[in-house]
Amino acid sequence: MNQDLRRERAAASFNPDRLTYILDGSPENTRRRREIENLILNDPDFQHEDLNFLTRSQRYEVAVRKSATMVRKMREFGISDPDEIMWFKKLHMINFVEPVGLNYSMFIPTLLNQGTTAQQEKWLFSSKGLEIIGTYAQTELGHGTHLRGLETTATYDPETQEFILNSPTVTSIKWWPGGLGKTSNHAIVLAQLYTKGKCYGLHAFIVPLREIGTHKPLPGITVGDIGPKFGYDEMDNGYLKMDNYRIPRNMLMKYAQVKPDGTYVKPVSNKLTYGTMVFIRSFLVGEAARSLAKACTIAIRYSAVRHQSEIKPDEPEPQILDFQTQQYKLFPLLATAYAFHFVGAYMKETYHRINEGIGQGDLSELPELHALTAGLKAFTSWTTNTAIEACRMACGGHGYSHCSGLPNIYVTFTPTCTFEGENTVMMLQTARFLMKSYDQVHSGKLVCGMVSYLNDLPSQRIQPQQVAVWPTLVDINSPDSLTEAYRLRAARLVEIAAKNLQTEVSHRKSKEVAWNLTSVDLVRASEAHCHYVTVKLFTEKLLKIQDKSIQAVLRNLCLLYSLYGISQKSGDFLQEGILTDSQITQVHQRIKELLTVIRPDAVALVDAFDFQDVSLGSVLGRYDGNVYENLFEWAKKSPLNKAEVHESYYKHLKPLQSKL
Amino acid sequence: MDRPVHRVSMGDPWSRQVHPDIASERYTQSFDVERLTNILDGGAQNTTLRRKVESIIHGDPVFNLKDNYFMSQNERYEASIQKKFHIQKLAERLGWLEDSRELHYASRTLSGDLALGLHHIFVKALRSLGSDEQIAKWAPLCNKFQIIATYAQTELGHGTYLQGLETEATYDADTQEFVLHSPSITAIKWWPGDLGRSATHALVQAQLMCSGARRGMHAFIVPIRSLQDHTPLPGITVGDIGPKMDFEQTDNGFLRLDHVRVPRENMLSRFAQVLPDGTYIKLGTPQSNYLSMVVTRVELLLGEITPLLQKACVIAIRYSVIRRQSQLRPSGPEAKVLDYQTQQQKLFPQLATAYAFHFLANNLLEFFHRSYSAILNRDFSLLPELHALSSGAKAMVADFCTQGAELCRRACGGHGYSKLSGLPSLVTRVTASCTYEGENTVLYLQTARFLIKSYLQAQASPGSTLQKSFPQSVAYLTAPDLARCPAHRAADFLHPELYTRAWAHVAVRLIQDSVHHLQTLQQSGAEQHEAWNQTTVIHLQAAKAHCYYVTVKSFTEALEKLANEPAIQQALKRLCDLYALHGILSNAGDFLHDGFLSGAQVDMVRTAYLDLLRLIRKDAISLTDAFDFTDQCLNSALGCYDGNVYERLFHWAQKSPTNTQGNPAYEKYIRPLLQSWRPKL
Repeated sequence: MNQDLRRERAAASFNPDRLTYILDGSPENTRRRREIENLILNDPDFQHEDLNFLTRSQRYEVAVRKSATMVRKMREFGISDPDEIMWFKKLHMINFVEPVGLNYSMFIPTLLNQGTTAQQEKWLFSSKGLEIIGTYAQTELGHGTHLRGLETTATYDPETQEFILNSPTVTSIKWWPGGLGKTSNHAIVLAQLYTKGKCYGLHAFIVPLREIGTHKPLPGITVGDIGPKFGYDEMDNGYLKMDNYRIPRNMLMKYAQVKPDGTYVKPVSNKLTYGTMVFIRSFLVGEAARSLAKACTIAIRYSAVRHQSEIKPDEPEPQILDFQTQQYKLFPLLATAYAFHFVGAYMKETYHRINEGIGQGDLSELPELHALTAGLKAFTSWTTNTAIEACRMACGGHGYSHCSGLPNIYVTFTPTCTFEGENTVMMLQTARFLMKSYDQVHSGKLVCGMVSYLNDLPSQRIQPQQVAVWPTLVDINSPDSLTEAYRLRAARLVEIAAKNLQTEVSHRKSKEVAWNLTSVDLVRASEAHCHYVTVKLFTEKLLKIQDKSIQAVLRNLCLLYSLYGISQKSGDFLQEGILTDSQITQVHQRIKELLTVIRPDAVALVDAFDFQDVSLGSVLGRYDGNVYENLFEWAKKSPLNKAEVHESYYKHLKPLQSKL
Repeated sequence: MDRPVHRVSMGDPWSRQVHPDIASERYTQSFDVERLTNILDGGAQNTTLRRKVESIIHGDPVFNLKDNYFMSQNERYEASIQKKFHIQKLAERLGWLEDSRELHYASRTLSGDLALGLHHIFVKALRSLGSDEQIAKWAPLCNKFQIIATYAQTELGHGTYLQGLETEATYDADTQEFVLHSPSITAIKWWPGDLGRSATHALVQAQLMCSGARRGMHAFIVPIRSLQDHTPLPGITVGDIGPKMDFEQTDNGFLRLDHVRVPRENMLSRFAQVLPDGTYIKLGTPQSNYLSMVVTRVELLLGEITPLLQKACVIAIRYSVIRRQSQLRPSGPEAKVLDYQTQQQKLFPQLATAYAFHFLANNLLEFFHRSYSAILNRDFSLLPELHALSSGAKAMVADFCTQGAELCRRACGGHGYSKLSGLPSLVTRVTASCTYEGENTVLYLQTARFLIKSYLQAQASPGSTLQKSFPQSVAYLTAPDLARCPAHRAADFLHPELYTRAWAHVAVRLIQDSVHHLQTLQQSGAEQHEAWNQTTVIHLQAAKAHCYYVTVKSFTEALEKLANEPAIQQALKRLCDLYALHGILSNAGDFLHDGFLSGAQVDMVRTAYLDLLRLIRKDAISLTDAFDFTDQCLNSALGCYDGNVYERLFHWAQKSPTNTQGNPAYEKYIRPLLQSWRPKL
């Protein structure tokens, strides 16, 4: 092992294994996770060449092969618990990018949620065993997050009892669904339902795409790959054009129904689809935490190995992790990775708790959860997106090479900002809920849950001098007190947005125009709300940790997370009189102290994330720290070095030299 | 509207008709777009020349960029070598000289997708660091491509910090040769472009050892490949460093030197010489070795980095008037996404930045030309300021352009993730600029050192600022400062004088703070270097504020020169206002901190800022059209002039090799997976 890393690990103030147990939920979870990971690590069927050296088509092929192997192995190993499936996939796919992934993450769950018992009987077994491979086709070339804008139509023909699926325009072509291009032979297609001459809005239809046996597109179906992308090379995101294509009465009919004669029966409640979305969003928040944790692991380990410049003349070059600027780049991100981990865990628990409620018909908590998770998905994915890039750049030039693994983590993560709801739209959904809650408080009703701080808003008593209203009692060394500061900020920004909205409404006729002209404020309010929730959840987590040494180190991370956020948004805290000038100066000072305090534990804190080298996919982030030797070896393996003199020398360079 | 043909020349049938949603944006223009293009080009004659070059390039199928997104790294490399080859032939035929406008325009037209870029960096370094005899010997060889050269500085274990480089050049007086050697694995040269497979010679930066002493970094011309068959010469291990985020057309390489001997004449000796007996003679300052890096940085701003953000803006803004999403009014049609305030807030600050950097970079280039000839004549008085300005500007421009291009990409939703949008390639290309030619944090800190020095100088002898020698870019350090901002209403924040002073105030305060922190630590007994390290975060902040101030100032000065063009001046002034105010809002804490701005004034800034978004909205397409990038050069299905986004995206996707070539994975894996299909399906 590299000497620097050995020294770092020996000097840590806590045992990273203990922290791993907390992150996994229990020592038993950690044990089982490692057991599953070892199944893959030791299995020759899962070995393959470094993906960075393969072409897109080769990467797709490797991914399909691994998916096929995986289905077999999971049966063999008896892995069926959702968490265990995730551990398994996490390691073997590294990035979760798999062409048949949508079959499990969207096709089957949608079938389960929206299919009738008969439909489930018919499709579930074969799709679980991959006898059919399904995907989920919603987004269109010209339409994304705004579902009502989708153009694809499904017109019922009572004569033949068939639906006629049609893509009437170029913009209506289904675009982006994963696995659609080359892999899937069925899709659940979202389309505007027409029956008896009337449009009933979006419904889901099971549509066969490719002929069983030959895999050729069926007549009336145009299907293909949408071409190269930023990342997701392994995935055949596809397009689908349907030309008056007839299918049997395959609409998913658990809720809404079309009777054989074409009569439409309305669904009882439309809140139910919220459940799936909440689940996916909680998963995405967890993914944000994991991706950021990976990036931090790589950047921090490499910064402990890399030596550069001088701090003191005539002394050896120091580890770059000793530079204040490097600590300032990385440690707040490390703290963020922990914060988001706890947010993700909270969302998952809440989902499971509420999901039991859904089963028993209690839907009361769904709207808040749905609204909240939208904002948290946007908040965490935006932050993580920037943070992964910051980690990459903190590795200097080598971060730009695929050997660092960071470009890959970034391009795989960044779609999270746009898929499952574009982030700005998500923020505005949360804002809508915040505005509703604010109005409710105003009309004298109390609100509960994460927005209950609105109950305390002294709206009626707001003075021109805001400073007088908010007594500055913030203790910058207390997580509770900092949570309070974030709470005040959220309350104020929600109120400002609400008042600006009212002003715009009173100036103009249309509510929608007013909403648009306030949307920058509304997004700000949502962000402040989500920031508060994150600080609050991190702070609450501290109380539940028994181990004193771990509690101490997490407390420092929690303080750093909170104080760093204040320093970045100091304008809000100053303007609203939540903190004074001199407190802001103290905040800056305290951050620098915390950097020094965290420094000796930095490597142990990333070790605790417990990523296998394989899943980091990084030469810079290796556990053993032997970076340079392996970097040289890695480069030599690059296919470009296969011939000592490249053919273009003979074709172009030599003539260039002789002709001029 | 009558438009030059070249704008809509993708050759697609639907190009003949401009999409009504973008045509309507161009019906009523508040200024003459062509005039603005001329201004950006530095004169109408330049615009004409540029378009002439563009039509030559676009007329030749060899220069087509369309298939770039579908090519492997190997194919990209070969194509870019081929393009370079053709450009050289073309240049020879048409009499385009090295460093001529024509060749610059050709490179712009091809989005820099040309191999052997380092060859020209080598020539620049040669001209900066070489003696007259050396220039006379090597420059003609380079011009005729009798050798292909690169510039090898960075090592596997060492980057921006030059003194840390390990490669050694030991002088052997017996044979009058230098022995170049890589003593460890971390000393292997790593990253130089064109090194992996193309270059025959490298300008190697190495620690000079002569007469038993280390003399610091010097540059040596080292032959690395045979001029006969291109095989590596004895003692040379060379190759490609493997796949990267981008620059696939460039063979960034590694180079390991095993006691390789080169003649004494191969050390570049404008600023230092080694005599035959090994006597070392120094002719310049320690900084003179940085001169070639300064040259490169200044030219990168206009030639490489800023245009990448400009293109991202063109693509994202054009797409945002075609893309419709949700409704602004309940009964209305789906609205253009550019009509949403949140979309404007994402894109317009980027557009403003793209313009701001154009003027900043031009300013810097002028300053550079003024000081460069003096420096070559060994008058180094302007070098510190030039170094500080170019370091800070490079860091800031790289930083903001990277963030901005990525913002533009994400503002295009899902389609921004497709390579066919052109945006991923812009992002991966521009982001490299944050670490190449000096890592940004290190560069900002170099600017900070200069600021502190200037500040102390101004404090020590207040009269010195009146002297000519006091650097002009920091003259504001001693100008009378306002303690409070005098604004009373939102409109007051639209006065360039007011916001320029606001930025000056914040920069001065932060520089004061950073000096104060440093001195306090030193006085409390901290060692000088430790004190510096413990205060770098605040130095960084100060340098950033200074750079922002310099940018705002150069933008406002550029506006003053446009008095003859009131319509253009007005449109650009809004961008300048937006740039300044966006910065204030993003750093509101710094302005509120000492009470310079009150809370009420920050609200006024926000009001003024939101109003500007609305005003810029109607000029948005004209402002992006004015950059006058051809469709071929943008190479984006989303950003073409005609706005036919969806047809083009569908058409391009169908040409992807994933659709035109078979699917071997089906036969091998999918079919066996599906083997137990049931006929009833």
